[in-house]
Amino acid sequence: MPDLFTEIVHKYNYWLYIILMMIGLYAMIVKNNLIKKLVGMNIFQTAIILFFVSMGYKEDATIPIIQGGHGSDAAHQTIEAAQYINPLPHVLMLTAIVVSVATLGVALALVVMIYQRYQTLEEDEIRMRVNQ
Amino acid sequence: MKLAGLLIVMVCGGLLLYATQDFPAWGDPGSPASTHLSDHFITQGLHETGAPNLVTAVLADYRGYDTMFETVVIFGAGLASILLLRTYTQRTRGREYRHIPTGVIIHIQDPRKSLKDEREFELIDNMWVPHDLIIKTVCRILIPFIQIFGLYVVCHGDFSPGGGFQGGVIFGASLILLALSFDLRTFLHRISEKTLGLLCALGVVIYSGIGCMCILLGGEFLNYSRLAAILPVDPTHVRALGMLGVEIGVGFSVMSVMAILYVNIASAGRHNQGL
Repeated sequence: MPDLFTEIVHKYNYWLYIILMMIGLYAMIVKNNLIKKLVGMNIFQTAIILFFVSMGYKEDATIPIIQGGHGSDAAHQTIEAAQYINPLPHVLMLTAIVVSVATLGVALALVVMIYQRYQTLEEDEIRMRVNQ
Repeated sequence: MKLAGLLIVMVCGGLLLYATQDFPAWGDPGSPASTHLSDHFITQGLHETGAPNLVTAVLADYRGYDTMFETVVIFGAGLASILLLRTYTQRTRGREYRHIPTGVIIHIQDPRKSLKDEREFELIDNMWVPHDLIIKTVCRILIPFIQIFGLYVVCHGDFSPGGGFQGGVIFGASLILLALSFDLRTFLHRISEKTLGLLCALGVVIYSGIGCMCILLGGEFLNYSRLAAILPVDPTHVRALGMLGVEIGVGFSVMSVMAILYVNIASAGRHNQGL
């Protein structure tokens, strides 16, 4: 049992992202309202972002902006990779956040269209009206 | 349905949690993600690109293609929302306007006719809300500062946290704030739908245009060092300057797509009323 506890403490970022991701997945599968499904999708995306950003973290490192990198003496300093956290996950998630906003926008546009046609956002009612 | 969903979620979560055994511990500097390529980005990034902000350096230089097509995705989202929602059908019932100084209400029969001086009139429809002096005044003071900050974030993206995506979102948020605090008509009067669409496309054109200019100057697509032939700056800074150019393009696209998405979704494509 202490093994499991230390395992969780050392890897709590993974536990958090999995819990968040499962909340999002549950909402996407089970919820009947389309807006709630979209909220679930956003929670899912946030979990992925948390996963990537936490992977880029290093102990005792700072943000990936080179200190004193502005002036002319910048080219002479030596840079240790352990000083700065990994920039790559941040780049990937930066674009992922904006793309998630774009997908959310298109999804909301579709939801507006569905509401205009069926006057409801409940999935079972929509299915009933489609079959009529 | 609920039980089946819960079961699927439990099984997926259990499998993922089981797999975390093999993952590196949190903050481990020797984890696979933080070695190989990441070391090269950190140690060589400043020498190779001249941008101290490594996130921007990787975003706009090492992964330039990715970011370009990301911008195209944003552009596509704006286009999709217009194509899905925009309707041009005019209402036939006529409109009611209130003259603000006197309080006289007039009725206009012809839906295509518009008033000469719209500043003195306000349209009364089912979404009409009374004038709120506090909200309008606060937003009028706040919006310019938000926009200046957005421009700063775009332009300073090479040296400090920031870049085209973030700055564009901040600028787009200021436009949405204008549309929220006043109304959609005021907003579209300031910046029309056509302008928004053009800006959205202009961002993609700027990005790919800088890439093509590098080809014309004899380099590869998006090889910014070739821009040294036409930009009168220190050769070590020319890559950072090229990155700034593409970031401005990204900022244009993101800003206008934010506004397009808001305008179309809030009014369900009719552009006559907002929230």
